Order: sequence, then C-alpha cells, then structure tokens
Amino acid sequence: MAAISREEVAHLARLSRLAVTEEELDTFAGQLDVILQAVAQVGGVAAADIPPTSHSVPLTNVLREDVVTPCLTPEEALSGAPDAEQQRFRVPRILDEDVAS
Amino acid sequence: MTDVTAMTATQIAGLVAAGETSAVEVTQAHLDRIAAVDEQVRAFLHVDTEGALAAARDVDARRAAGEELGPLAGVPVAVKDVLTTRGVPTTVGSKILEGWRPPYDSTIVQRLRAAGTVMLGKTNMDEFAMGSSTEYSAYGATRNPWDTDRIPGGSGGGSAAALAAYEAPLAIGSDTGGSIRQPGAVTGTVGAKPTYGGTSRYGLVAFSSSLDTPGPCARTVLDAALLHAAIGGHDPRDSTSIPAPVPDVVAAAKLGATGDLGGVRLGIVTEFGGEGAEPGVMAAFNEAVDTLTKLGAEIVEISCPHFQYALPAYYLIAPSECSSNLARFDGVRFGLRVGDDGNRSLEEVMSLTREAGFGPEVKRRIMLGTYALSSGYYDAYYGQAQKVRTLITRDFTAAFERVDALISPTTPFVAFPLGARTSDPYQMYLADLFTIPTNLYGGPGISVPCGLSEGLPVGLQVMAPTMADDRMYRVAAALESAVGTLTPPAL
Repeated sequence: MAAISREEVAHLARLSRLAVTEEELDTFAGQLDVILQAVAQVGGVAAADIPPTSHSVPLTNVLREDVVTPCLTPEEALSGAPDAEQQRFRVPRILDEDVAS
Repeated sequence: MTDVTAMTATQIAGLVAAGETSAVEVTQAHLDRIAAVDEQVRAFLHVDTEGALAAARDVDARRAAGEELGPLAGVPVAVKDVLTTRGVPTTVGSKILEGWRPPYDSTIVQRLRAAGTVMLGKTNMDEFAMGSSTEYSAYGATRNPWDTDRIPGGSGGGSAAALAAYEAPLAIGSDTGGSIRQPGAVTGTVGAKPTYGGTSRYGLVAFSSSLDTPGPCARTVLDAALLHAAIGGHDPRDSTSIPAPVPDVVAAAKLGATGDLGGVRLGIVTEFGGEGAEPGVMAAFNEAVDTLTKLGAEIVEISCPHFQYALPAYYLIAPSECSSNLARFDGVRFGLRVGDDGNRSLEEVMSLTREAGFGPEVKRRIMLGTYALSSGYYDAYYGQAQKVRTLITRDFTAAFERVDALISPTTPFVAFPLGARTSDPYQMYLADLFTIPTNLYGGPGISVPCGLSEGLPVGLQVMAPTMADDRMYRVAAALESAVGTLTPPAL
C-alpha cells in the first residue's frame, strides 16, 4: 500500500506554497512514497522513554547586551527586493477582493 | 616547483611571506588557471576577478606597511555559494536567488578577509546544499577533475573540484549530511566538518539549522587545519555558536604528520562493514587500516547499533527544518518574484514564485518536511527521528569511552557517472550513508584520501568527539604522511 496518495501530495504542495503541475504531482507522489516507506524505519526503534534531541549543542537562552550596533540602511535592506516603495517592501494584494471590498 | 597553482596553501603563504612572490601574482596565476580549465570543470558559479585582485593588492600593501599577517595571508580561497558575500552574487545554486547581491558578509567570509586570504569567487553546489553530486544545481553540474564524465560529489562539489583541478588551494564548504566530506572523498581532496557550533552559521543560507556546519576544504590536512583555525571560533551573531576556543587543530595536524599514532585507539564501526560499500572502497579502506596500525594506532571494532537508522532519521529531520527555513523565499524581500500581474494575490504570486524558483529536489524536501511536521504524522515521523537522534548520540558517546576516534570509508562508492542516480532520489541519498551519523551527533569528521579504486579516489573518514576536532586532524595527517596526496590526471 502506498504511504502517500496523489491527493495528499497535492495538499502538501498547497501548504508548501508550490504551484506544482499535474505532471509534477504524478512524479512527486511516486518518489515521496518511496522515500516515506524508507524513512518509516525510524518507527519503533526508540522506546517511549527515550527523550528527543532537537539540537546537539546544549545551549539555552543565549543573551547579549542590549546595545545598539550598526545595521543595514533601509536602502541596503531593500536592495534585493523584487519591488519596493517608500522604504518598504511592496507586495501583491494580501486580501481577497470580495473580502477587501 | 615553479607553478604556484600546484603548491599547497602552506607553501604559497611561505613564499608570499618571504617576499618571493606577491599575493597579486599568486591570485593572477589562479585566475589564469580558472580561465584555462573551468570550462571543463565548471566549479565556479561566479569568478570575482576584480574583487580578488583588489583583495590581493590590499594584502601586499598591508605587508609592505609592515603589518603582521596571519599564516594564510595571500592565499586564494574559493567559497561555496551558500555563504553571503557583500556585493558579490550569492545564489545557493538556486534560480530563486539568481542575481542576488547580499548587503552583508557572512562571518566566515569576514574572517577569511581578516586572515588575508583572497576570495577568488563562488563555487557550484546542489541547490540549497541538497544533494550529493551537484547535479541538482540550477546552473548545471560540476565535473570531477579525475573524470569529467563523473560527479564531483555534493553538495559542495564545486569547492572540491576547484581544489582537485588546481583552481584554488583552499575552499570553504558546508556540511549538513556530508556535503564537505563526500566531495572531498570522491575528488581525492581533504574536507573537514567541524564540531557543530564550532564555526559560525551567520550568513550561511540555512538548510537544516541544527545540522548545517561550514568548514574547510584543502588538498592537505595541514592546509585544512590552518583554514579551520582561521574561520573557527565563537561568533556572538550565531546563538548556536559554542563559546569556547577551537582546539589546536594546526598543532594536531603537525603532530600527526610525524607519522606516529602510538597510544591512539581507533574504532571501526561494525555496522559500516556490511554490504553497504563497494568492494573496491572496502579494499582501499582496509589497506588504510593496516597502515594506521603500522603507524602505531590500536584498532578495535565497535558496534554502533543505531547508525543504521541515521539515514532515515536524517531524511526526516533535515527536510523538516528545510520546509520551515525555506519559507522565507516568498518573493517579497529578496530574489525572484513571478506572476505579479497586479491581479493575483500575494499567496498566488508566492506559489508561482516558489514553483518557478525551486528545483525538484528542493520541492521534494519541502513537501517531505511539511508532511513529517503535520499534525497526525508528527509523532510517527519527526518525533521518532528526534528520538533516534538521541540513540545515535548515545552510540557515539559510548564508543568514545573506548576509543579516541572512529574511522570508516567516507562514502560507500567512488564518484559515479553523471546521471546515474538522478532518477531515483533515494539512491542519491545513499551517498551520505557513512557521513550522516556525525551530523546528527554534532561531532567533527574529516575525509582524507586513502587510495584508489578503479582509478578513482577513496576517502577515509575520521570521526571524533564533540570539540575534539584536533584528534581527527592528527589521525588524518598521520595517514596522509604514509599514503601521500593524490594527483588527478591532467585535464
């Protein structure tokens, strides 16, 4: 049985903000199925009382002095932006038209 | 030897320091070499001719002014295109950042400059460092100088190939699952992954933040150690940076070069000895083990029973972190924007931009990570992978109670032909079978050439405890002193 369906892959693409093609969906569904079946090996390896490791360095709450240091100018910060206006990132409309009206 | 491009970084720095040549002459020689061979090798995505010559003139001027310069002053270096370089294109091998000129330097690049090294340009890589062959670069694959029909490893294949093709004596890579060590192994060069947190990630375009580790690549162990010392150490701008000095890796490399490993205990991982590796790779590895024994090392076999689950755990953890990290490529602040016709919504433009800007492997990993992190699957996939990470760490900790370092082949197979593994993504993943456990644990690992199989280089990996990077340099330098460096056929 497949670990993941074509419909699930389409849903993942939507969540991932990837406007994938129908052809890609076919390809990815097969490939992700192979990968998921392989990585599923991790199930059942660790006993319930084994703690998870998120990070190999045991550092917590790294703080620094609250002082002003040099930073990018607005021009530098916007230098790579696809679109900018009045020292701000300019974006396509965020709200649906029927909501905005 | 008159050809400066054939020299080690140590030799070049010595000549520059003695005034027998200048940083400008050395840099020009390497730029000429790049112009002559890079059409075949395709190691570079961007050659910064003007910037390199300006940096070289600056080094020469500082020396003329009597300034005390470091041990690598005047030596050219190639930088993997995953590190930001102020005003110099940084693409991460992706179309989504094509043409981006970052407004700031990564810490590694700042330190390279402070050390007086001269950046030649940016090297090719699998897109977002996801891959083992550079074939997932949006700008075409780099070729292995040993055989230009074969892969140079990945993701840092550009950096490794630049070294093997004598286009640069030093290079920077980044290692998330083997991206420094595996290219080093298949190109017959040296690649070291430092302890996680031992080198700064500030300005390293993030793939998997709990694993990404920038590090040195070179043609000799000592050169790698000198580069490691120049770029390593605490960085307050990386909150995961370890606030402790880097062990004296240069002294360790020099000690190892004496060829004496008396009193050193090395462990061979039992689980890596099965049918995972090609016979030719195992033969070269076993011969190297005999050599290490003759150098005085005591070799024992050690079982690390959870290493067999490292690959599946990695391919849940790394994609999960990637799916989160790559959310920043939204077509708003930098890079590509596609489909903004004035009518489409932000979300539509975002989806079209990411569809157009990311290649297939990046899309696969984003979706895989999104799946592994989604409610309902989180415990079964990501949660289990994190527990396996704990068990792998415990395997390492237990092993290092018995031995000083672990050794293995770096890769299961020598450089494979271009195209051999692109149709089945999981076959590509197997290239990192032996390198991934170290990333999950966070310790250091190095690949050093140990021989040939079918006329192609084989690497030996040394894995050491966290913050004991010096140990791996000692062992690697000792092996190098006995085996020598590998020279590819002329291009």
